[in-house]
Amino acid sequence: MMNSKTDNPLQATSVLTPAELAEIDKEISHAPYRAAVAIDALKIVQKHHRWVSDESLNALADYLGMSPAELDGIATFYNLIYRRPVGEEVISLCDSVTCWIMGYNKLQQHIIKRLDVGLGETTDDDRYTFLPAPCLGACDRAPVMMVGNELHQNLDEAKIDQILKVKSSTSDVNNNGRQE
Amino acid sequence: MPTIYIDDEAYQVPEGDNVLQACLSAGIDLPYFCWHPEMGSVGACRQCALVQYRDAEDTRGRIVMGCMTPVADGARFSMSGGSAGEFRENVIESLMLNHPHDCPVCGEGGECHLQDMTVMVGHRNRRYRGKKNTHRNQDLGPLINHEMNRCITCYRCTRFYNDYAGGKDLSAQASHDHTYFGRQEDGTLESEFAGNLVEVCPTGVFTDKPLVNEYTRKWDMQSAPSVCVGCALGCNTLPGERYGKLKRIHNRFNDEVNGYFLCDRGRYGGSFVNDEQRALFPGLRQSNSTYNAIESIKAIQTLVDWCVPGNKLAAIGSPRTSLESNYLLQRLVGEENFSNGIAVHEAALIEQISGILQNGSVATPSMRKTESADVVLVLGEDVTNTAPRLALALRQSVRNLAKEMASDMKIPLWQDEAVRVLAQDQLSPMYIVAMSDTPLDDIAAQTLTLCPNDIARMGLAIAAQIDSSVPGTEGMLEGFDTETQKLITQISDSLKGAKSPLVVSGTGSQNAAVIEAASLIASALQTNGADGNDSMLSYCLPEANSLGVTLMRNEAQISLDDICQRAAEGNIETLIVAENDLYRRAAKEQIDTLLSKVKNLVVLDAIGTPTLSQSALALPAATFAETEGTLVSSEGRAQRHYPAFLPAEQRDSTWHWITQLGQALALPGFDELDHFDQITAACAAEFPALQQICEASPLADFRNKGLKIPRQTHRYSGRTAMRADISVHEPKQPQDDDTPLSFSMEGSNGSQPGALLPFVWSPGWNSNQSLHKFQSEAGGALAGGTAGVRVLDPANTGSTSKKTNLPVESKAKKDQWQLLPLYRIFGSEELSAHSPAIQELTKKPFIQLTPEDATKLKLSAGDGLTVNIANQDCVLEVQVNTTIPRGCAGYSVGLPGACWLPPATSVNLGKAEIRANSRGDDV
Repeated sequence: MMNSKTDNPLQATSVLTPAELAEIDKEISHAPYRAAVAIDALKIVQKHHRWVSDESLNALADYLGMSPAELDGIATFYNLIYRRPVGEEVISLCDSVTCWIMGYNKLQQHIIKRLDVGLGETTDDDRYTFLPAPCLGACDRAPVMMVGNELHQNLDEAKIDQILKVKSSTSDVNNNGRQE
Repeated sequence: MPTIYIDDEAYQVPEGDNVLQACLSAGIDLPYFCWHPEMGSVGACRQCALVQYRDAEDTRGRIVMGCMTPVADGARFSMSGGSAGEFRENVIESLMLNHPHDCPVCGEGGECHLQDMTVMVGHRNRRYRGKKNTHRNQDLGPLINHEMNRCITCYRCTRFYNDYAGGKDLSAQASHDHTYFGRQEDGTLESEFAGNLVEVCPTGVFTDKPLVNEYTRKWDMQSAPSVCVGCALGCNTLPGERYGKLKRIHNRFNDEVNGYFLCDRGRYGGSFVNDEQRALFPGLRQSNSTYNAIESIKAIQTLVDWCVPGNKLAAIGSPRTSLESNYLLQRLVGEENFSNGIAVHEAALIEQISGILQNGSVATPSMRKTESADVVLVLGEDVTNTAPRLALALRQSVRNLAKEMASDMKIPLWQDEAVRVLAQDQLSPMYIVAMSDTPLDDIAAQTLTLCPNDIARMGLAIAAQIDSSVPGTEGMLEGFDTETQKLITQISDSLKGAKSPLVVSGTGSQNAAVIEAASLIASALQTNGADGNDSMLSYCLPEANSLGVTLMRNEAQISLDDICQRAAEGNIETLIVAENDLYRRAAKEQIDTLLSKVKNLVVLDAIGTPTLSQSALALPAATFAETEGTLVSSEGRAQRHYPAFLPAEQRDSTWHWITQLGQALALPGFDELDHFDQITAACAAEFPALQQICEASPLADFRNKGLKIPRQTHRYSGRTAMRADISVHEPKQPQDDDTPLSFSMEGSNGSQPGALLPFVWSPGWNSNQSLHKFQSEAGGALAGGTAGVRVLDPANTGSTSKKTNLPVESKAKKDQWQLLPLYRIFGSEELSAHSPAIQELTKKPFIQLTPEDATKLKLSAGDGLTVNIANQDCVLEVQVNTTIPRGCAGYSVGLPGACWLPPATSVNLGKAEIRANSRGDDV
């Protein structure tokens, strides 16, 4: 707080791209005050970078007139705002009670073996990050998982192999990755 | 007052309270965590559960949270009925799931609210056998230790740090069982009030880092009621001692002054007491400039030789030590040979303020009362850096709009979250007209930076807008540009509409006209403000006893310049300086000359200073923590501090050194000044303005239920072991004849007057939350009465002088810069600057320039710059600050390594030698 005006303020515009800023500005235009768009702005940054780095967070906080601590409080509150790098796509396998009854453990082991990746880890080729999810809201079709933005239901090992095979044949960084 | 029933017992409780507060006031131990008397309720921790019944017939009832339930006449509750007790135990059990079993190595152990509550609910067995969550701790700087594993997520830390103190760099992060309270990254907490987290946190997440590094449990500390010497506000403190060292300073509650909170300068600035450079014995200077340690009796003999009648004697007192020390010194040499040691220009300002406080029409409020202001104007003062705790009070004043909105909607004010959500970011107006940006700017409706004379002109223009009959203000408004004129109108309209307008100013701008303008605005409001308005005027002063020694002033006393003059004429042979570094009061050249003309320079001080190292005889003085003394705060409150421990070896109180000398010289009256109370009484009798100082706290013969008041808790341990390496025979505990306190565990700590509370503890309540057991009601004044006495009547009906010091329009000469004094909470104050924790946060002496001026001088931030004033080179580090007024340069006042610069002087920076900076860009 002391000498705030003598510090060099973070140059938001040098970290956030014009495309990101344009989207954030659009959100701000129909919000009562700048900080109100914090969640949307984090999602926008994540859409462009896959995750929210410290650098982006600081720049965004500056741009929204918030302190980094305040914005990080929001960013870390949500499981799906990633504050560490993730792969091109995030696999979220549900581990709540219905999926547990329907045998998610076996599927979890299968994915771990097949992709050679632990929970919370990213594959060496940077293709996938594997995370547990508490519930995806599709208990009637358990076990379920999300890969990127797609929901996959009534899973078994064969189905998972099929999904990953299709994915790898159509692998395209620009599909879900950075849109520069 | 409504009557509520708790377990069929009727209690009269204050209207509008919540049930938790009412229970605590009634003496019922209802456990709680997140509620805080100063911060209200949020219902986060679910600990204060009890059962509420519909009526006398209802036997089932329902569980409610005490802190969230308003009292209502006839309401029935039970502490133990239904499953309330079990509920409370289960809450603790769930909190304890992740809480480590590390009490033996925890800095909170023995004064931990979580320990107390765990025992209180009867949770004895831990059933959980799983793994506990662990967190990575952060380095939060030199003041606060972080141990997140202990957290019980009560949210008190962020509620204090962000909501109450306006901090921005601490937040609740993540969610559910991995919620984390910390910064966005490692680094020093930025708030000037971060140290309060130590007392606000109910367990050991945030602890006092210097204490933890050299640890002593609360029950092993010896403590006494004390007063902070870090600024003029007079916050009440509790210094705790062990092994002859000051271990920590805790807040001492005073409902009128500091309430529950201190600033970090006050909390961490006291460890200069432990400075190993402090001398233990008197030192006699040898011809080779080294000092020989001598016995105090020898020192007194030497002094007697130097002070024999006929020898030309003079003395300089100090605004950073007690009335008693100053009074005795003056009596020793006679008032015509005594100066209070305040820099000449500053002495005039303080006298001006003292005159306004004594004869003015506007009351000066207590710090607590400033929180009630609905419009605040800060004129020329950087409050956070000159009177830090007042800045925290002003942060509460801007919430009065929210409180008013809540009252209109019948929301109780203790419903903290509801009141905040209701108002969102709407604040009561605060206007800051200062010399540069200040840490309060974030809550100000408008800020403007000007040089001091322009601040004064603006103040007069505001006064004229409120009351056009204020003399000397004709045409003031027209001197400003249209934008400033608009601001002046906005400020004066806002003040005129206020029920409790507050004007804050002080010596910070070193400008008499600013001080006068503030007083004129406040009195104009009294006559022309809103009907029945309660206009308030608060002045920030530089040192702990600035006002005291000024009230002690009489016509015969001489100034520092007079002393220099007299020395130059060869009329001072022996000069006694008490607790004053003259190099902080005038230019080096002037003091060098003075000291070279004096034959025998005697300096009494607790810390090493450049003045002390020139003395022929150096006497080691006791600090605030080792002696008693009376100080008068900027509010005009006389308060007494007591020694927490006795000074080591031959260190002694300044007043006692002088008594001994006076007696050795057989000066008249000194034989009747054996006792501290006799000195206070003699001082009170001599100065009409100080008549009441004896009432600041009870005299030495006071007994609490027939007993002295113990400085040690009844669990104080290891008294024999403490010095077993020296001798296994425990010496007799020292006697204390000068105060009602004893250096012992025996005695009675409970119902004595508030000024004599040495620590808070109550059965079952080991933490500082036990304070409510000493209050008239939970959160109210101390049951024994508020500490201290106002020596200046707040309702003085005199009138201000009608002569106005007209400030001239500021125009710096071509290629010259006007020097503006800028203060820093860490470093600008002399004593706290010797504390290691404060030193870590102290910046290098700096000079602030506008970007345009920096460019013009071919300087950038971090470069060195030399100012040459009075034949002295002063090296300062350049900072670039957009808020510095044009034609001005702000310089840091008092930072270690800085030299004394005269305020409001124009300097020729263009001609100054500019040193090569670290990158080697020689200009």
